Amino acid sequence: MRTSGRTRAGQYAALFAYLVFLAFPFLWLVSTAFKPPRELGSLHPAWLPQDPTLDNFRQAFDEQPLLRAAANSLVAALGAAVIAVLIATPMAYVMARHRTRLAKAATGWVVVSQAFPFVLVIIPLFLVLKNLRLIDSVGGLVMVYVVWALPFALWMLVGYVRAVPAELEEAAAVDGAGRVRTLVSITAPLLAPGIVATGLFAFISAWNEFFFALVLLKSPEKQTLPVVLTHFLGAEGVADLGPLAAAAFLATVPSLVVFALIQKRLTGGMFAGAVKN
Amino acid sequence: MRARWPAVVAVGLLLVAGSGCSDGGNGSQDGRITLRFQSLAWQKESVDVNRELVREWNAAHPDIEVEYVQGSWDSVHDQLLTSFEGGEAPDIIHDASDDLADFAYGGYLADLSGLLSDRLTSDIPERSWETTTFGDGVYGVPFLQEPRVLIANAEWLERSGVRIPTPEKPWSWSEFRTVTDELGGGGDGKGDGDGDGKYGVAWPLKEPVSATLNLSLSAGGRLFHRGDDGKVRIRFDEGDAVVPRTIHDQVDTDGSAPRSTLGSGGSDTLPGFFGGKYAMVPLGFSYRQQIVQQAPKGFEWRVLPAPAGADGLVQGVSPQTLSVAADSPHQEEAAAFIDFLLRPRNMVRLALGDWMLPTGTAALRAPALRGEADGWATGVALAGRLRSAPAQSVRGYPEWKDKVATPALQEYYSGAIGLGELRRRLVTDGNLVLNRYQR
Repeated sequence: MRTSGRTRAGQYAALFAYLVFLAFPFLWLVSTAFKPPRELGSLHPAWLPQDPTLDNFRQAFDEQPLLRAAANSLVAALGAAVIAVLIATPMAYVMARHRTRLAKAATGWVVVSQAFPFVLVIIPLFLVLKNLRLIDSVGGLVMVYVVWALPFALWMLVGYVRAVPAELEEAAAVDGAGRVRTLVSITAPLLAPGIVATGLFAFISAWNEFFFALVLLKSPEKQTLPVVLTHFLGAEGVADLGPLAAAAFLATVPSLVVFALIQKRLTGGMFAGAVKN
Repeated sequence: MRARWPAVVAVGLLLVAGSGCSDGGNGSQDGRITLRFQSLAWQKESVDVNRELVREWNAAHPDIEVEYVQGSWDSVHDQLLTSFEGGEAPDIIHDASDDLADFAYGGYLADLSGLLSDRLTSDIPERSWETTTFGDGVYGVPFLQEPRVLIANAEWLERSGVRIPTPEKPWSWSEFRTVTDELGGGGDGKGDGDGDGKYGVAWPLKEPVSATLNLSLSAGGRLFHRGDDGKVRIRFDEGDAVVPRTIHDQVDTDGSAPRSTLGSGGSDTLPGFFGGKYAMVPLGFSYRQQIVQQAPKGFEWRVLPAPAGADGLVQGVSPQTLSVAADSPHQEEAAAFIDFLLRPRNMVRLALGDWMLPTGTAALRAPALRGEADGWATGVALAGRLRSAPAQSVRGYPEWKDKVATPALQEYYSGAIGLGELRRRLVTDGNLVLNRYQR
């Protein structure tokens, strides 16, 4: 079926509009980060700062320990991503290849667990972690993030495992490959993009998480970036807008870098599932 | 057998939860006490002052070290609740008085009645102590407060020739309505002033309930009335209608206030104010800092008292407070730190840092707070008229506010419902909510 020129133009227009819609908040954030206070209070704000300044960045770094907070966030997010993937991958394989009642129940539980609000679990969780002496510990926070990310990671990975044709593993077995060899040489490479995507999901959800970090970490030197960002906010939503925008812009950079680094892997992952049976 | 595993997991979790003993949090080490002070200061000057005061205390008290922990206004209630439940709350807690009732009644906060010095107790007026007194106990020290004032475009105001109000001779609410209509260029009652998009006042009413209730005190409005049986009932009297009706009429009858700002926060209205769209904006006293930072060069502004009703300039406030956790093993030391922090000289430093008013009478006399610049003198003149916000100790108020009052006031201000329907919803629906909390 051929697409007419008008339809194609419409599609491009829709795509462009969608990209603009997605990019607008980020571009506005960047613009705000470089605006002096007087431009922030302008009735007709300009897209580009008229008198760009780095003062907001200086002030943000001067007022809050952003680098230390970013390092804490990085440790928590990387730790959560790696551990969640290490745990979820073999579990997902079992659930995808062996469709038992337990696997179905686990899938149901995964769906239900995503509906739990944070406030419902935070107090019992706090008590358990306190007794394990894991309050005010980045390790404890990683543990929580892993538990929190695991259901969805599992759900994602099950889909990826199912996209790898079982016939390939059977063929490898017929050729004499053992179970481990099959998994390492045949399944794992095909699953790699899925694992990367899942790790990315776990990383970003932990990187952006605020409430658990706020409640579980007491020492100022252990606070993560989202918690430190709220220090630019006053009561009733009043904000120190310039430094807040500068700090928030810096907080998005690691996610962007991670995306940029693994973009090809992710794209590969999309096509990896498109194997003909 | 398979059905038993959830029970096994649950028992395991309980065992884990019960196995550890509390470490007591901030216990003594080598005879040295460490107190955790969670501050919600957020503006640079304010954080700097708090840190300096902590340093000064630590230098003078080598055996009682205070650790400064910066908290956040965002989610402070949930964070504190979790900390209280887990026995890990900070020793010294910074919060707002309207957030304390649940914690006080829940037994999470220490009664400070016997812990505070006579100097501090007598320095802060009784009307401020009322904001932190629940039952027979005092659960926080009110130390900073923020009246609502009118921030006005000085040039516009003087050009218009309207009478400039002072704390001694403020505008009445009806005079205020007339003035805003004149400032908007209208006075014709046809709305939108003279049609040039300029307005006499812009009401940022993203959170309409506290603004309406606190300002209504000036007209004798209380809304919440405690009966002889101790139960609170809502009644909407004539005094309660003055402020809502004025705002409604400015927006819907005179057109002297834009409808577009009703859903905005205070900061959102500032660009329009600086850009000459609005002659005045009712804002909290501390917004002056943002105005100083963001106003264009040459923009002249001044601070006016909020309009007065039959009860004068009275208005409700929920001061910032300092409390001590009931679980703190060092309550006396924590109270001593609070006493140090709130010495008159220090209270002045905290007030200047936060651009707010101190509650202490000695601090209010400080020359640094009485200058005409940036409206300090007007604010200090209002300090004696500030009272406890009417609803802050009413149980069920948060639910009434969110489910009944906020939507009802928003609809009334936007013209979707009339005063009769507003009254019905605030009173009838409101009392149903309060009844559930008072059985």
